[in-house]
Amino acid sequence: MRQNFPQWVASGTPWVWLTAGAVSLSLVMVFGLLILVGANGLAHFWPGRVAALELRLVDGGVARVLGEIVDEETVAVARVRDAGGIVPDDMLVVTRYLIKVGNRDFSGNDFRWIAETEITKLEYPSDAVVAERSEWGNFYGFAQSLREADDPVVTENLWDAVAERLARSAAFRAEIAQIERHEIGGINYQIERLRLRERERANDPAALATAAASRADLQTQFSALTKKLADLRKQNQRDKLIAHTSDGTEAAIPLSSIVRAFRPNQMSWWQKVRHYGIKLAEFTTDEPREANTEGGVFPAIFGTVLMVIVMSIVATPFGVVAAIYLREYARPGPVTAAIRIAVNNLAGVPSVVYGVFGFGFFVYFLGGSIDQIFFSNKLPAPTFGTPGLLWSSLTLALLTVPVVIVATEEGLTRIPRAIREGSLALGATKAETLWRTVLPMATPAMMTGLILAVARAAGEVAPLMMVGVVKLAPSLPLDTDFPFLHLDRKFMHLGFHIYDVGFQSPNVEAARPLVYATALLLVVIIMSLNLAAIQIRNRLREKYNAADH
Amino acid sequence: MQQTIKTPDQSTEHPVSSPSLSHGVDIRALRSTPPDPVAPTTPQECLRVENLSLWYAEKRALHDISLVIPEKRVTAFIGPSGCGKSTLLRCFNRLNELILSVRTEGAIKLKGNDILDPTVNVANLRRRVGMVFQKPNPFPKSIYENVAYGLRIQGVNNRRVLDRAVEEALRAAALWEEVRDRVHDSALGLSGGQQQRLVIARAIAIEPEVLLLDEPASALDPISTLKIEELVYELKQNYTIVIVTHNMQQAARVSDHTAFMYMGSLVEFGDTRTLFTTPRQKQTEDYITGRYG
Repeated sequence: MRQNFPQWVASGTPWVWLTAGAVSLSLVMVFGLLILVGANGLAHFWPGRVAALELRLVDGGVARVLGEIVDEETVAVARVRDAGGIVPDDMLVVTRYLIKVGNRDFSGNDFRWIAETEITKLEYPSDAVVAERSEWGNFYGFAQSLREADDPVVTENLWDAVAERLARSAAFRAEIAQIERHEIGGINYQIERLRLRERERANDPAALATAAASRADLQTQFSALTKKLADLRKQNQRDKLIAHTSDGTEAAIPLSSIVRAFRPNQMSWWQKVRHYGIKLAEFTTDEPREANTEGGVFPAIFGTVLMVIVMSIVATPFGVVAAIYLREYARPGPVTAAIRIAVNNLAGVPSVVYGVFGFGFFVYFLGGSIDQIFFSNKLPAPTFGTPGLLWSSLTLALLTVPVVIVATEEGLTRIPRAIREGSLALGATKAETLWRTVLPMATPAMMTGLILAVARAAGEVAPLMMVGVVKLAPSLPLDTDFPFLHLDRKFMHLGFHIYDVGFQSPNVEAARPLVYATALLLVVIIMSLNLAAIQIRNRLREKYNAADH
Repeated sequence: MQQTIKTPDQSTEHPVSSPSLSHGVDIRALRSTPPDPVAPTTPQECLRVENLSLWYAEKRALHDISLVIPEKRVTAFIGPSGCGKSTLLRCFNRLNELILSVRTEGAIKLKGNDILDPTVNVANLRRRVGMVFQKPNPFPKSIYENVAYGLRIQGVNNRRVLDRAVEEALRAAALWEEVRDRVHDSALGLSGGQQQRLVIARAIAIEPEVLLLDEPASALDPISTLKIEELVYELKQNYTIVIVTHNMQQAARVSDHTAFMYMGSLVEFGDTRTLFTTPRQKQTEDYITGRYG
């Protein structure tokens, strides 16, 4: 062996093992992360079985608990005793379960730890009902009857009647949302514009008169809509589900507050798949409820993607133009070298520093000046002098421009001299050569810059917290009101959503799976943006494959 | 600063007869048509180089070169690597200027006008003096767009004009028959020899007066080389051709006049046949007999 060792080293085998090991480790880390995030996030939407537990209490009594078992862990008995649980003296450790019991309006807590030793009976009653509510979280219990106004509904099959009336209430809810968001929102928008016009033309009585007329008109429309809304709400209040919880408390839940109700213990596998699909669709297309711990993350997806797109539109041309100057026109020398080093270093500045800069320069200085000049009639309410989508995009563009510059410069360097000379020898000027030959051939490199920029920008959170991201944005930055794209609005972002739900939420246990799901979604979105860009780049490369010669 | 300018020796009556040193195929002998029917016995002067010196930063690459390149003839520059023949060639279309540290002295007159004058429009000059490089360098565009490139630069966008010019150029470069069905395919799909002929077609599409060929066949196989040589022979009816080559047989085969350069100086310039058979300088003789280089 000692004889062979130098030979073994010389053969390069250890080097192969070392390098292959590094690759394997990276793969394990990447896939481990994806699997962890994916499994935790995606499992959340699967309807779990509802367990009915019978517990013995310290005083000899019996308690009943209904809920989903979501987690288990082994702990020292002392911790369970401190929490008031019963543990036999001869045990050192005990398994305890985390039960999602819901019914926050009755018990105050959604989740409860129960030690194994406390449980005397465990069953899965087929008639257990889970109701997702728009307030107070889930309800776990058993359905008793249905009440229309104050009269009991006589029906043969209670559950069918519940489903039917839930559909009715869902239709009402959709209509109410439509009126609240779009129609009333539109009127508010017009009233605001009217107010500004009045302020602008305060000295013009004719204009004021027309404004007053349209205001009156809008007010009439507004009160009609409010009345309609109140009417709809009242109709929607009609039905109530009478149910009792596991400990026998009776609850009257208005159907208007139930998003969906189901009996997981008697759902078939296909029904569960369907339920899963619906929940997943809700997550990606709906708006958040209950302090972001329920519902969907659509506004955050939308905000993330829109912000990245605006950022790309700003950063890519800017970076490309700068790179062209540095590589093609700037005289090589110490100054150019210094600028190049500075640009490379800019890419390494911590993003939070950009956030501070963006807040000071873009929001206060630029935004404040824009407000003074163009939106002075709105002051003191700021338009651009406040964090918003535009400033976030610009801040991230600043952050990613160095990446685009470096990638583009590299691409320009790789264009063979022979191609440039060929063009020049045909009587093309330098600019013509650039436009007609060099730049088209460098487009794959520009795309590489864009890909790197997107990957970096979509994942940034820290600077955004200062320049435009909010926990809950009242409206999307893109809508049907002129000018359609509202760059001054604040927006939601998946990265910030993860932070907010995970660490700022009042209900941490409920939020945890959502953190994973949102993280998975963020990864998926960044990957899709990248894949799209890579696809374009490959097509360009094919077209200009001479660049690789 | 009166100095004798070397002009090619006019003593030979038949400048196109087969050079005696040619070891390769004598392409002229293969022709069915009589060679070079319009060659005048006394060619006009096309390019006149006067006391040209060139420096790359501190390094002097050309020493006081003076010569006259006749019109509608093939003039070859031969010499060992690094002797300055490509540098001299690239002075004719001022491509050397791409290197920032280059400095030149002296004059080059194209039909009497000094092209080294700083007021000369370089793009215009390069339209009059076309160039083909050592390695085929087609643009990553279609065959058609490659040939049309120079015309489009000049603002010609009329489809019919371009169609005709492209076809003519491709015919003149003996490529038309091979690519007529796929002129809109990528030029990068052509073979090396075809690419080099495409590049020649691209250069002659804008109808230059002078065509500079910088070792045009050195990256090609023997058959493609032969085709390029045939093409050079055809083209000299319409263009003044200056060719740089490493291959002495090639110089002997294709050129009417040959300049031998060594260490940045012009050693000997004369009629190809004379230079190869009875060189006046010892250096030339050493080189063409293979004693160095």
